[in-house]
Amino acid sequence: MKHYIGIDIGSTCAKTIVMNEEARVLYRLLQPTGWSSVDTARTIRKNLEDLGVDLSESPVVATGYGRVSVPYADKQVTEITCHGRGACYIHGDRLLTVIDIGGQDTKLISVDNGMVQDFIMNDKCSAGTGRFLEVMANTLALAPEELCRLAAQGGGVSINSMCTVFAESEVISLIGRGETKENIAFAVVDSIVKKVVSQAGRLKLGETVCLTGGLCEFDYLRKSLSKALGVEVQADPEGCYAGAIGAALQARKVEKRKGEEVT
Amino acid sequence: MADYVQMWKDLGMDLDTHDLLCQVLPTAVGDVFLSQENRPQGMDFWDLVISEVHGIRPAELIQAQKEGKKVFGTFCVYVPDEVVIAADGIVTGLCGGSQFWVPGGEAVLPKSTCPLIKASVGARLGKTCPFFRIADIYVGETTCDGKKKAYEILGEDVPMYVMDVPQMKREKDILKWKEEIAEFAKTVEEFTGNKLTPEKLGEAIHVINERRKALARVYECRKSECLPISGRDALLMMQISFFDDPVRCAQMCNKLADELEQRIKDGVSVVPAGTKRILVTGTPLAVPNWKLHNIIETSGGAVVCEEMCTGTRYFENLVDETKTTLDEQFMALSERYMKTNCACFTPNTGRIDDILRLVKEYKVDGVIDCNLKFCCLYDTEKYSVSRALKEAGVPILSLETDYADTDAEQLRTRIGAFLEMLNG
Repeated sequence: MKHYIGIDIGSTCAKTIVMNEEARVLYRLLQPTGWSSVDTARTIRKNLEDLGVDLSESPVVATGYGRVSVPYADKQVTEITCHGRGACYIHGDRLLTVIDIGGQDTKLISVDNGMVQDFIMNDKCSAGTGRFLEVMANTLALAPEELCRLAAQGGGVSINSMCTVFAESEVISLIGRGETKENIAFAVVDSIVKKVVSQAGRLKLGETVCLTGGLCEFDYLRKSLSKALGVEVQADPEGCYAGAIGAALQARKVEKRKGEEVT
Repeated sequence: MADYVQMWKDLGMDLDTHDLLCQVLPTAVGDVFLSQENRPQGMDFWDLVISEVHGIRPAELIQAQKEGKKVFGTFCVYVPDEVVIAADGIVTGLCGGSQFWVPGGEAVLPKSTCPLIKASVGARLGKTCPFFRIADIYVGETTCDGKKKAYEILGEDVPMYVMDVPQMKREKDILKWKEEIAEFAKTVEEFTGNKLTPEKLGEAIHVINERRKALARVYECRKSECLPISGRDALLMMQISFFDDPVRCAQMCNKLADELEQRIKDGVSVVPAGTKRILVTGTPLAVPNWKLHNIIETSGGAVVCEEMCTGTRYFENLVDETKTTLDEQFMALSERYMKTNCACFTPNTGRIDDILRLVKEYKVDGVIDCNLKFCCLYDTEKYSVSRALKEAGVPILSLETDYADTDAEQLRTRIGAFLEMLNG
């Protein structure tokens, strides 16, 4: 049977979506990317085969920073296009602004009917990304989701460094000063929100603003973003699969590569 | 490659370090240029020049010096070549375009200086570029604060003359630039020992106009729907034109244009029909900075025009050739040069008009506005460039990068996404 497969190899997690002819999601797989995208891609292939997916007739689109490491992909599409399409699948065919906070970059994407109209991506540094949150959470001996929960009870403190390394030193001095975990957690989330808002200033916000990527289930982050942007930011549990869903949708338009089997 | 070791030794170069630079160049040239298919034959000339970039032309310059000629090294399209050529001098571009020289520049300059300045200073102080060794005098200009201060440092190591470029374009600024040109002419006369005459300056104006026309002819071909030359090849031609003899440069460009015009007639294109056409605008791309063009063109786009100093700003607008006194000729030069729209001027709405015009002329699908890191002027101007293009309904991608390859994959993602957006 022919399936449509989207694989999003991010810097932290690899997401895989299997769709049928009607563009209905049949399977979703999530796994850490680990240190080797190549190994991850191989594991995904095995998992897909175990699910009974026939890769010889099912087109595969790879996206994410590890997209070049999927030798059995029939096409590579950038994560910007895929997140745009995927967000539209989840949130509907409207004028969307997608905020994707990923492991190593933060993107804002304007989407009209699934088509990307404009986008902004953070610079090379990790300010305002999932990695930033992860590093700060580690410093506080918390899981990222715990940090977000605690942040809701904090306030009154801010981190000024945009650089993750410098911000970590700032957090350490806040700890040294005896600041509460809640207040420091607040400052961390606040710093991410400010970074996103300053990026958003360069883009016209759509009718709907939605949050995708690994942080989409962090409700306090969503609420803080809503408050700072002055709109209710939407989030969906499917949001972390947005890139893979977009890739699977693209696979519907891709011809299966003919010729010898690539492994 | 011919043996230039003795020549480099005589120039007092650091040979061991220079060897490292020479080792990476062939791979880069192979990857960026020779790997392309269906290139115009005329590119053979530039392939040869770039393959021996530290040999062929430097040897010519040294020969000319032996015959008593002076070599002027310049860093900006505002410095009038005509004046130097009229006094039998030679002009060579000196802008550094490689990460190789950046650490040397950072030894004396702040890290937050643009890579072009850092590389230029590093190339001189590190003794690893023959052009920086050969030039008898450097001619700088006040187009940005980073350059102004860097020239003070370079001036301790090499004779340095700085021209004061106006910051605005009022009538009195054009007059001021004319005065600056006249004063520069005096220095050129003293330095070369040759007197300027209206005849000699008239000839020089003609020579440089002919080079402009030849470059413009090649660019004219890039306006065709049937694209006869890649952006990478056109960029290489443009970059080398800053170093070459202007008469030979015009000859080679005209020869290339002949071939490109024939290709258009024969329907020979270097890209498949429907390939998205990109205008690149922003800060200059000095040799061997091919990163941006290479990423765009290996991601499925085609660069059809550069609105930059290594592009249209170098050849658009001609100098009036009808003037017969030095005073009138200096004024004609000033009027032509002051038409160049650099972000160092305020206001600089002319650049936005240029970009919008070029978008139409070159049938552009999308614009990539890219500045070198820490170029505050072009970085700030991105705001108005992007707004004007959005208002005109032209897709625009703003980027910032330096000479290092570390951000190549991030750039590839942004540029790839931009091309996917254009392809719909």
